[in-house]
Formats: sequence, C-alpha cells, structure tokens
Amino acid sequence: MDYSIVILALPFLMFLTLALAGNKMSQKFAGLLGTTGLLVITILSYMVTFQYFGMPRVEGVREALMPYNFEWLSFTDKLTINLGILLDPISVMMLVVITTVSLMVHIYSMGYMHGEKGFQRYYAFLSLFTFSMLGLVVATNIFQMYIFWELVGVSSYLLIGFYYTKPAAVSASKKAFIVTRFADLGFLIGILLLSFYTETFSFDQLTAEGGFFLTSTSGATFMGCSVASWAMALIFMGGAGKSAMFPLHIWLPDAMEGPTPVSALIHAATMVVAGVYLVARLFPVYLSVPDVLELITWVGAITALYAAIVACVQSDIKRVLAFSTISQIAFMMVALGVCTSMIPGEGGLGYMASMFHLFTHAMFKALLFLGAGAVIHAVHSNEMSDMGGLRKYLPITHITFLIACLAIAGIPPFSGFFSKDEILAAAFNKSTFWGVWMTVVAAITAFYMFRLYFGIFWGKEAKHEHTPHESPATMTVPLIILAVVTCVAGFIPFGEFVTSNGTAYHIHIDPVVATTSVVCAVVAILLATWLFAKPNTKPEKMQAALPKLHKWAYNRFYMDNVYQYITHKIIFARISKPIAWFDRHIIDATMDMFATVTNVAADKIKGFQSGKLQSYVWVYIVGAMVIAVAAMLIFI
Amino acid sequence: MSILSIFVVIPILMMGGLFLSKSMTQIRTVATVGSALQLIASIVLVVLFCGERAAGNTAEMLFMADHVWFEPLNIHYAVGVDGVSVAMILLSAIIVFAGVFASWKINPLPKEFFLWLILLSIGVYGFFISIDLFTMFMFYEVALIPMYLLIGIWGSGKKYYSAMKLTLMLMGGSALLMLGILGIYFNSSVDGNLTMNILEIAKNNAIPESMQNILFPLTFVGFGVLGAMFPFHTWSPDGHASAPTAVSMLHAGVLMKLGGYGCFRVAMYLMPYATVELSWIFLILTGISVFYGAYSACVQTDLKYINAYSSVSHCGLVLFALLMWNTTAMTGAIMQMLSHGLMTALFFALIGMIYGRTHTRDIREMGGLMKIMPFLSVCYVIAGLASLGLPGLSGFVAEMTVFVGAFQWDDTFRRVFTILACTSIVITAVYILRVVGKILYGPVQDEHHATLTDAVWYEKFSTITLIIAVAGIGMLPLWVSDLLRDSISVISERILQYI
Amino acid sequence: MEIPFIYYLIVSGVMFFAGVYGFIARRNMLAILISLELMLNAVDINFAVFNRYLYPGAMEGFFFTLFAIAIAAAETAIAIAIIINIYRNIKNIKSDNLDKMKN
Repeated sequence: MDYSIVILALPFLMFLTLALAGNKMSQKFAGLLGTTGLLVITILSYMVTFQYFGMPRVEGVREALMPYNFEWLSFTDKLTINLGILLDPISVMMLVVITTVSLMVHIYSMGYMHGEKGFQRYYAFLSLFTFSMLGLVVATNIFQMYIFWELVGVSSYLLIGFYYTKPAAVSASKKAFIVTRFADLGFLIGILLLSFYTETFSFDQLTAEGGFFLTSTSGATFMGCSVASWAMALIFMGGAGKSAMFPLHIWLPDAMEGPTPVSALIHAATMVVAGVYLVARLFPVYLSVPDVLELITWVGAITALYAAIVACVQSDIKRVLAFSTISQIAFMMVALGVCTSMIPGEGGLGYMASMFHLFTHAMFKALLFLGAGAVIHAVHSNEMSDMGGLRKYLPITHITFLIACLAIAGIPPFSGFFSKDEILAAAFNKSTFWGVWMTVVAAITAFYMFRLYFGIFWGKEAKHEHTPHESPATMTVPLIILAVVTCVAGFIPFGEFVTSNGTAYHIHIDPVVATTSVVCAVVAILLATWLFAKPNTKPEKMQAALPKLHKWAYNRFYMDNVYQYITHKIIFARISKPIAWFDRHIIDATMDMFATVTNVAADKIKGFQSGKLQSYVWVYIVGAMVIAVAAMLIFI
Repeated sequence: MSILSIFVVIPILMMGGLFLSKSMTQIRTVATVGSALQLIASIVLVVLFCGERAAGNTAEMLFMADHVWFEPLNIHYAVGVDGVSVAMILLSAIIVFAGVFASWKINPLPKEFFLWLILLSIGVYGFFISIDLFTMFMFYEVALIPMYLLIGIWGSGKKYYSAMKLTLMLMGGSALLMLGILGIYFNSSVDGNLTMNILEIAKNNAIPESMQNILFPLTFVGFGVLGAMFPFHTWSPDGHASAPTAVSMLHAGVLMKLGGYGCFRVAMYLMPYATVELSWIFLILTGISVFYGAYSACVQTDLKYINAYSSVSHCGLVLFALLMWNTTAMTGAIMQMLSHGLMTALFFALIGMIYGRTHTRDIREMGGLMKIMPFLSVCYVIAGLASLGLPGLSGFVAEMTVFVGAFQWDDTFRRVFTILACTSIVITAVYILRVVGKILYGPVQDEHHATLTDAVWYEKFSTITLIIAVAGIGMLPLWVSDLLRDSISVISERILQYI
Repeated sequence: MEIPFIYYLIVSGVMFFAGVYGFIARRNMLAILISLELMLNAVDINFAVFNRYLYPGAMEGFFFTLFAIAIAAAETAIAIAIIINIYRNIKNIKSDNLDKMKN
C-alpha cells in the first residue's frame, strides 16, 4: 500500500500552498482547493481501508503493515525517531473517521465561513490539522506520535484563536495550548522513562508479546510503584490532557471560542480522542500495569459523571456539547480501563467497545456540532435563551439534530446505542459498581441532550431580528450525510474489524444491560420532555430547590477558578515575580556592586593624583625623611 | 592557504572595501557581497567536510594548517575544523548575512557600523577555526571589544551603562580565562615542550589532576560568562535591550555560542578529569539557569528583556546538556546552540523591526499588530513556536535530543535536574504565548499604530533567510546530528573514561 | 683660621630646607622659582665643601658646581619665560590656578 504516503503528503502540501499563496487566491478557489484535496485523501483512505480489511487474516489475526518507516533523527544506537506509516485495525479505522469528519467539515465550512476574513488561512490551518492528525494515528513509534501530538496541539491553538481580534478567543487558545502542554510534559517524561528501560520507541516492540516491556522495566521502583506504572501513568497524563479528562479538562469548554466547524472536527470528533487512541495503541502495555488501568477507570468515571452534571445546567449550547464530549470521551476511557485481558470474549471487550464508541461518537458528535453551527448561523447567538421553537425554521437541522440526540442517548437502532451498550457490558463485566455508575451517567446524558434539544427547537420562541432560515446546501448536505451514517453505523460488525488482539469477535447484545440502559434513557428523555418541551416554570422551581448544586454546577464546580488561582496567584505572583525581583535586585545588584565599589574606591584615592606639584613634593619630602630616619635607626 | 583562512580573509577584504567606499550604496554592496560570499564559503565548507568524512577521513580535525606565529612561547596560527566548528561557522555566516540586511538603514555612521560589525565577525570566525589556545583567545577578544562600541554608539536606552556593564563582565570572564589558558599552557606537557595547540595538549594529557581542578572552573566560568550562566548572566538582559538590532542578533545568535563552544572545546576536552569531578557544581548552576530564565521571562514587559531571559534559559540548557557528557546530550547541546542562535536572531530581528515602527518595546502598549503588520507578526509567531519547541522547527529537535541524552543517566541527581529542565518547556510556552497574545492578537491597542507599514523587502529577506534555516534543521535534522556526532563522540568518550 | 666643616653644612642645610619650605608653601610661581634656586645653591655649596674636605686635590666637585650654576641660569630663563606666558594667559602666576589639564 505504497500510495498511503499520499494521505500524509497531500494535506501537508495543501497547507503549504494555502499558507504561502492563500492571499493570492480567491476565497472560493481556496475553499474548493482544500475540499478537493481532502476528497482525494478521503477516497485514498477508503481504498486503504477496503484493501486492508480485505486482506486475509494471518493465523486468525489482522497483521500490522508498515509500508514506510525511515529514520528521521537518531539519538543513540538504539533510540531513533522514525517517521513512517503503521497500518493496523485501529489506525485504519481512525483514517476513516478523520477523513470523513474532516471532509464534512471542509464542505460545511464553505457555507459557514463564507465571506469571513482569513478564509484562506482557515483552510490552511484545517489542512495542517488534518495532516497532523493523520500523522498521529499512523505513527509507527511513540515519538512520532509525540511529534504529531504537538502539531495537532498547535493547529488546535491556531484554530481556536482564529478570531484573533477577540480577546476571549485569544485567551482560550492560550489556555488550551498551555494546559495540554503541561499534560504533554507528563507524556514526554513518560516516553523518556519508557524508552530508557525498554530502549525502543517503536510500538511493535513495546507491545510485542512475551512481555518485552515488563521484563525490561521489572525491578525498578520509585516511591512504591514500579517504574512501569509511573511511565504509563505519565503517558496517560498526556492522553488525559488532550482528551480533556478531569482535572485537565478546563481548556475544552473554552476552546468553543473557535469557529463551530473547528469545534466539530477538532474538539469533538478527532483530536480530543487522541488520548483514547494513545491508550488503545499501548493497550497491551497498559494491561501489564493493572494499577494504571484502575487509575484510568477512576479518572474516566469521575470525568464522565462530572461533565454530565455540568452539562445539565450550561446555557451556551456549544458548552453543553463540549461537556457532553468530555463525558463521552470519558466513557471510552472507562471502557479501556475496565479491560482485564487481551481476549475480546473474556475481559477484553472494553477495547472493542471503546473503539466502536470512538467511531460512532465521532460521527454523531460532529453532526451535533455542525447542527449547532447551523443554529448559531441562523440566530447569531450561542445562548439557549435566544433560541426555542426553531423546528419550524430549520427543518433539516432539526431532524438531523434529533437523530444525533437519540444516538447519544443510546436509543436503538441508532449507532450510539450499540457502542454504548458494549461499554456498559464491559463495565458490568468488570464489576457491578462500574456498570451502575456508567448506566447512571448514560441516563444523565440522555437528560441533558434532550434538555438541549428541546431548548433549541421547542419551548418558548425567542424574539429574532429577522426570521431564522435554513442554511445553504453546503451546510445541510454534510448534516444529512452524517445523520445517515449515524443511523446505520451501529449495524457495522465492528468486532470483525477491530478487537484487542486482532481476532474476530461477534458483537452480541446483552439483553439485561441493553434493556436497563434503554429504559433509563427513555425515562430521562421523558423527564426532559416533561420539564422542557413546553414553556413552564418547572425548571426554575428545580433550580430554586437545589440552589447550591445548581450554582456549583453552573460554575463548573469552580475548577477554572482553581486553575486561575494556581497560575496567577502561585506561579506568577509567588514564583515568577520573586525570581525576577531577585534577579534585578540581588544578582544584578551584586554585579553592579562590584562596579560601584570600584568606582567609590577610585573616587576616594583620586585625591592623591591631584596634579599639584607642590603636594607631590610635600609627600616626597616627608617620605624621604621617613626613610632617612628609618635608615638611621636601623643602620646606626 | 588553507580553505579555513578564507573565513578570516574575506572579512578583512570587506573591511578594506568598506574603508574605501563613499556612499551608502557602496557600503551596502560591500557588506552584502562579502557576507554572501562568506555564506557560500561556509556551505562549501560543510559540503567539503561531509565529503571528506564520507571518503573515510577520520582525522579529528580536517583542513588543518599551521604557521608559527611567536616562536618563544610556541604560539601558532593553527586552524582546523571538526563537525562542531563547521556547524558553528555555518550558523555565524547565516546570522551575519541576515544581520547585514537587518541593518540596511542603520544610522548614523553606517560605514563605521559595518566596519565594527565585520571586525566582530572576524573574531567569531577566527575563534571557531582556531585550534591554538592563544590564537583562539585573541580572536575571542577581537569579537568582544567591538561590542562595546556597537552598543555604546548605535544602541538605545541606557546604552552607555549597558555597554560598559557587558564589556566589563565579559572582560572579567576573559581575565579568568586568560589565567586558565596560561595554566593549561604551563602544564601542557611533561617533557618541557610546552604547547598551545589543543590537539597536542589533549594528546599529551599531561595536566595534573590537582591543576585540572583549579583550571577547569576558571575556564568554564570564563566561557560560561559569555554563555550566560547563572549567576553571571545579568549583562545579557541589559546588553540585549540596548543593542541595535543586528548586534543583538549577532550577540545572542553567535557570540553567546562562543561561550558554549569554549566550554566544550577547551574546558571539557582538555580537562576531562576535572570535568567528571566538578560537573555537579555547574550542573546545579546551569540547571538553575534553565528554569530561572524561563520564570523570569514570564513577568517581563520589555520584548527584548523577555528574549534575553529566554536566552538565559536556552543557553543554560546548552551548558546543562554539555555537562551530561554522553554523545547524545552533547549533540543535543550543539544542536540547541544552532537552533537557539537562529531563532533568537530571528526574534531580535523581528523585535528590532517592530520597535523601529512602534517606537516602543513595552508589550503593554502594543496590541493587534497581526492586523497591521501581518508579515512580521506571522514571522514572530513562527519564531515563538520554534522557541517553545514545535516539531518541524529547530527547537524541538534540539530539546528532545538533550532530554533523551540527559535521561540516559539513572542517578537521582541528574534525573531531578533533567525533569526540572523538562518543565521549562511548559514555562516557555507560557511566556511565548503571553507575548504573542498581548502584542499580536486582540484589538489594536494604540490607534497611532494602525497606520504603520509591514516589512519591506530587505527585512523580509533577513527574516526569511532565518526561517528557512530554522525549518531546515527542524524538518531534516538527521544531517545535522550526523555532522556533529562523530566529532562529539571523541570528546564524550574521552570524558566518560574518567568516570 | 680654618672655618669648621660643619658650619658650611649648617648654612647649606638651612638654605636647602628654606628652599623646600618655600617650594611647598608658596603659591607664587616666582617665589617657587626662587626657592628652587635656593635648593640648588645649597646643593652647590655642598658639592664645593665636600670636594674641598674629602678630596682636596680633585676638582670634580667644583666643576659640577659650575655646571649646576650654568644650568640653573638656563633653567631660570626658561622658567621665567613660561611664567611670563602664563601671566599673559591667565593674568596671574598662582600655581593653584594652573588646573586646566585636570578634569
């Protein structure tokens, strides 16, 4: 599959072209160029997918291919950074997800961003992002992943800050970059630790059977935990930062300052799942450190619950979706965390479930964001209070949005039901505790999604300056395509393609788990309908009944304030300022003191050099006499 | 004549040409042609060097030449290069070339300005090609002295104070260095054939261990002052803030590298025993430099101060990595020198250009420049991203090589300092993005700025040259690390056998 | 009768230290010049006296004295010329006022 290199090269070339020559192009041409390029990439990815999954299994397992792998930088004899392409079930699946969503966003943006200043720049950044994201998923070694990991971070920074004259966008982009950068510090140290003991970066050696990883790290411990656990926990920290896991999630809601299609692409469907992908990529290694898997489960579960609760009370529709994204990614993390073995039938189900949910979630969450974009496009506001009753004006958006909501709520036969069901099954496999926890979160998910849905399309109609109207075809077509995918994706025999050990696994629905979750979801939806479908005062009453909880949830449990405090009050005021002061007033002053002392001393002894002959003679005579007297005393 | 002497001869001819030139056009022509020739010569040198190495020439230094200069003290004009010097010469040539374009409109006294600038470059090139301690020291001083005049006459702000401070502190370093060099000279041989030649001193390896323990700190600190090692870095913020654009570029880009190169070539290479023995002290100091510079940069408000402190941090990383001794870390150190040289030069060039338009360097008084001068702003963002270690630009490659190299030690002391140094990449992101967010993004702060113009052709030329170099190293780093590795492993192995 | 050796020395000593005092204490340049002459003459006396008493047959001391007198004359001429020029420039001959070269 030598042509797979084009999938990487083309977006990079497009980025260079659009970045360097974008200003010379018309907006239409730039948009078409970007979209056509991406169409080619999408087609190529699909070809790769069909070819890859069409290949026969070797001993019942899907083989990983590495059509390219060349040395980019060498550190030592053993440690080299290679750049290459690794094709295995999950990377191929990610190719499909990324190119599909990206293509939809490219098409959609032609309508949504129409006439915006910097349209060419926008497409250049989109190409850069697509390039980086594709490079990330096909990475052959952990350092290549880190390289592209940083690049997606920068593309995300640039795209969040696309409206660079808006101070909120600028600070959001800064926050996103710095928080993820902080997490990447953990990732980097994790990589360094891992590579020091295993003497390799490459995934196939790290995940090789026979415990290559464990044997090389066994024995070494640090602060009571094995080095292996530390390394993997630190690497997970990187993933948690990118995937907005609690408490590193704070950048994602703010990242909604970027253009909505960007939120759909980067902050819902692709980049934010990179953390999940990372854990999945190193899954065999994580399996050998169960304490870290336990950590992942806890982090995921807490994040899922936290984000779901917060999502219930947000009023900005993009924020609701952002928290829902956080919550859904946490589902995937939990699914990976509850795994106990490589075999999909016995404890390895979570891996498949996680990847399946990643796939379906990417589609319906992109659909939700693009739908939200269409709504925002129509009413020029993000606030739910400016919406309501829009179903008359935006019929296509309404239907597609409803499909996505049903999918995320886990109502059959939409795709979300199947993948979420697998996750819940995996959680119940591990223990009833996790199963119940996740089912509750799933119910809350259904509740807040329908609160959002009713808030936008039903309820009281807000006053509009001009009647909202349906978006142009460039925007509605991607919605329809994604809605169709959402309807049918659940029936893909996902276990045939992606499983933890590469063998085929037939998905079967556990009737008990499925019934419980569907019943819970339906109850939650009915509750939301009762509360929000018609204009009434019940929501306010509920708010009044639980004022504390509402206030805390509305302010996202004050997590942002905690960070604000740490950065401004501690890092800036308690570390940086004193250091800068110390530098100027102690170190520099010491150096200046040498100069001053020399100066003062020179000033003091300068009097001797008066230039007055008579005083010189006076000193001379006195000196001569002293010497004469001394000589007399000594020699006579 | 050895090919290396060309690097000294071209600037001398340039100075002759400048001396004779009468108009601004002639001055510019001489400076441009000369520095372009220099750049071509340095690229040719890299090619020749790689050719020789590929042909299997494994001599430690290539293109050697030797002329007796002062017989009684056995001082020679001895030149020769290894991979590290070749890389440094290339760096200097690029920055001088870009610097000439950055000072296209220098005023007043353009002729004198370029004369001093070229004299400075003679010192730099001479330093990198010499393998005789005395010649090296002489060129070192030749590079330092013009700085005083360049800052004192063409500088801005507290220029007399800064020029004096910079010169005195560096001269103080030189005094220590002179002592160190004399000490090395008088201990260079057991049989009385004293020599100044670095290769011979290394071969004799005759410096007694007790003497090494005295001479190593002298030379290391002597060069370390120029490498902005904590606590001898305070000349750097003031000096850079007052210096004119091209001088800041050359100073941060090349001169500070003289310090790192000297530590590496003289202190560590000639005194391996003391290197092993005393590294821990300097490891602490440079480790402090790394995060101290980064934190200090976070709260500065003057663009040049921010950059000067960031230089302290990055140059600290250079010395820090050198003190890790292993080939990987030292390769990383030299790559960091290249990378830092290029991107700081880029930074200072851009700051100079922005300052030339807005007449302020205070970040609180600027805002929304992206709208007003998109070209300069985009270049500034690129420089910033290079500085915070974006893959694909030079900073990433250098930093990662340093970290991986430093992590090959598994004692707690080095681990702690390595992790501390790693944290600086987060802090770097903080101060870079703070500046970018404040001055480039957001609404236009000062309506007087709204009418300013974007870069003109010579400014674009200067910045693009540097950006190409930064991206060149960042995207294809293998040739750089291969160029450096052989030369470094000689020195690294020499040190490691003393552990 | 022979005048004792010590008497000459007393006279020359008094002359010399009077000269020294004048040289240090006086600010008028002419007075300084005169003090200088006093010191020179005191030395001349010493030369002559020591020659006479220590090496009665030799003449070097007297020659040296003669030389010194001649040179003192020349020196006085130059000094007075300088002093006159200084007077023309700054209208006085106080040594304190000659500080243009300082600062």
